[in-house]
Amino acid sequence: MIDLGRYAGTVLAAYGVSLLLLVGLIWHSVAANARARRNLERHKTDA
Amino acid sequence: MSLWEYANPAKFMRTTDRVLPWLVVSAAICVTGGLVWGFLTPDDYRQGSTVKIVFLHVPAALMAINIWVMMLVASLIWIIRRHHVSALAAKAAAPIGAVMTLIALITGAIWGQPMWGTWWEWDPRLTSFLILFLFYVGYIALWSAIEDPDSAADLTGVVCLVGSVFALLSRYAVLFWNQGLHQGASLSVQSGERMAATYRHPLYLSMIGFGLLFLALVVIRTRTEIRKRRLAALQAQEARA
Repeated sequence: MIDLGRYAGTVLAAYGVSLLLLVGLIWHSVAANARARRNLERHKTDA
Repeated sequence: MSLWEYANPAKFMRTTDRVLPWLVVSAAICVTGGLVWGFLTPDDYRQGSTVKIVFLHVPAALMAINIWVMMLVASLIWIIRRHHVSALAAKAAAPIGAVMTLIALITGAIWGQPMWGTWWEWDPRLTSFLILFLFYVGYIALWSAIEDPDSAADLTGVVCLVGSVFALLSRYAVLFWNQGLHQGASLSVQSGERMAATYRHPLYLSMIGFGLLFLALVVIRTRTEIRKRRLAALQAQEARA
C-alpha cells in the first residue's frame, strides 16, 4: 500500500476529481457519437 | 496527396475509421502508464506526496493552452478556406479544452492550499487561466446559441482569435510579471532540466498520453459533428422535396 502521509487527502482529491472529469468527458464523447450514428442510420433506413 | 483532401468529410471519416482504434489504445496505455508510474514515484523532500499532482496538473495545463492554439488554427482555416471539417474540429475540441482547463485549475487549487497556504491567488498565471476557461465556456455557448452553422463558425472564429491573447498570456504570464506565486516552467529547453529524472520521465509519458487522449477525443467528437451535419442536410433535402 502506498503511504501518502499527511497529504493523502490532497493527493486523492486531485486524482479523484481529475479522473471523474476525464471519465465524464470520454463517456459523453462516446455516447454522443453512438447516438449520432444511430440517428443517421435510422434516418437512412426509414428513407 | 494534399493535406486539404482531409477537409473532405467522407475522406476524413474513412481515414479516421482506420486511425481511431490505434489512437484510443495508445492514449489508454500512455495515460494509464503515466499516471500509475507517477503515483508510484517517491515523495519530494519539500512537497511530500503532493508532488504526484504534477502528473495531472502539468499535462492538463499544457493541453488547455495547446487545444486553444489548435482551435485557432482550425478557425483560421475555416475563415480563409471555408473547409467545414476544420470548423467542426474546432467546435469538437472546445469541450475537451474546457475540461483540461478545469482540471488544471482544480488540481492547482488543491495543490496550492498546502503549499502556498491558499486555494486561490490573483496571480497572473492563475488569473489568465481562469479567463481562458471563461473563453472556452463562451465559445461553447456561442456555438449553441446560433442556429446557422456557418454564421456560428464565423463568429466563434473571431472569439477564438481574441481568446488566443489569453491562451498566450497563460503560457507566458510568469515571464511578463514576476510578482506571482506560481513558479516558472518546470521543463524548459533553454534552461535545461529543472526536475529530477524520477519525476521527469513519468511526466513526459503522462504529457504524451494527454496529447493522444485529446487526439482520440477530438476525432470522435468531429465524427459526431459530421454525422449530425449529414443528418441535418438529409432532413433539409427531404423537407424541400
